[in-house]
Amino acid sequence: MDPKESRLKVTQDGEITKVAFLDRNILEEASIQQIGDEISSLIEHATNPKLLLNFSNVEHLSSAALGTLITVNNKVRQKGGQLRLSNIDPQIYEVFAITKLNKLFQIHDNAQQAVASFK
Amino acid sequence: MSQPLPNKLIIPSQQTEVPAVVEAVLSEVAKHDYDEQARFAIRLALDEALINAIRHGNCCDAHKQVTVEYGVTDRECRIAISDEGCGFKPDRLPDCTRPENIERPHGRGVMLMKAYMSEVKFSRRGRTVTLVKRRKD
Repeated sequence: MDPKESRLKVTQDGEITKVAFLDRNILEEASIQQIGDEISSLIEHATNPKLLLNFSNVEHLSSAALGTLITVNNKVRQKGGQLRLSNIDPQIYEVFAITKLNKLFQIHDNAQQAVASFK
Repeated sequence: MSQPLPNKLIIPSQQTEVPAVVEAVLSEVAKHDYDEQARFAIRLALDEALINAIRHGNCCDAHKQVTVEYGVTDRECRIAISDEGCGFKPDRLPDCTRPENIERPHGRGVMLMKAYMSEVKFSRRGRTVTLVKRRKD
């Protein structure tokens, strides 16, 4: 993928910003950095951001990607917003469970449930 | 498997080199009919080990190399990743699952390696990590 192209598909659904990842593997530092920058930009341009990250396309991710998600979570909270994760493959969910990040993030089976959970 | 590992790759310390190494090892794994869970585990652990060697071991210095030796049999996949850094003390890594550490963005790579592999052994004062995935019968 050309590093200048967006690595995300972003759609707006009312107050909710829905983000889907275009990469199947979120492993390389350059792509993780770009994903973090793109999501941070979305957060910075919103007040009380309501952000849904949809992982339906993602087959692998690294601990560095988890680190970026933690940073995103902190930025959303700093702006008084809400972050939800959805459609995580069972093998990847296990990565969240092993690291106990399933307790830090609000994770939903599908996007519909995640959307309904925003306050 | 006590003999020297039969395959060897040497790469400069650049993260762009990682996918080719991972694919080379996984293509060897594919010859031995490991299941999807094992392949997922090997990919994840190897990726974490390579990134650690490049980033933390060799500090992304392209003049320093990372050596990957590997062998796959029907019984186990064994991979040794060595860097040219100063080493580290793996037993001193903080527990990233503790409440005071859970929001730290770094420090989960070694934990994931240990969770997904059958055996993870550090040697050469932390400059070599050996990953072993044993086949379930």
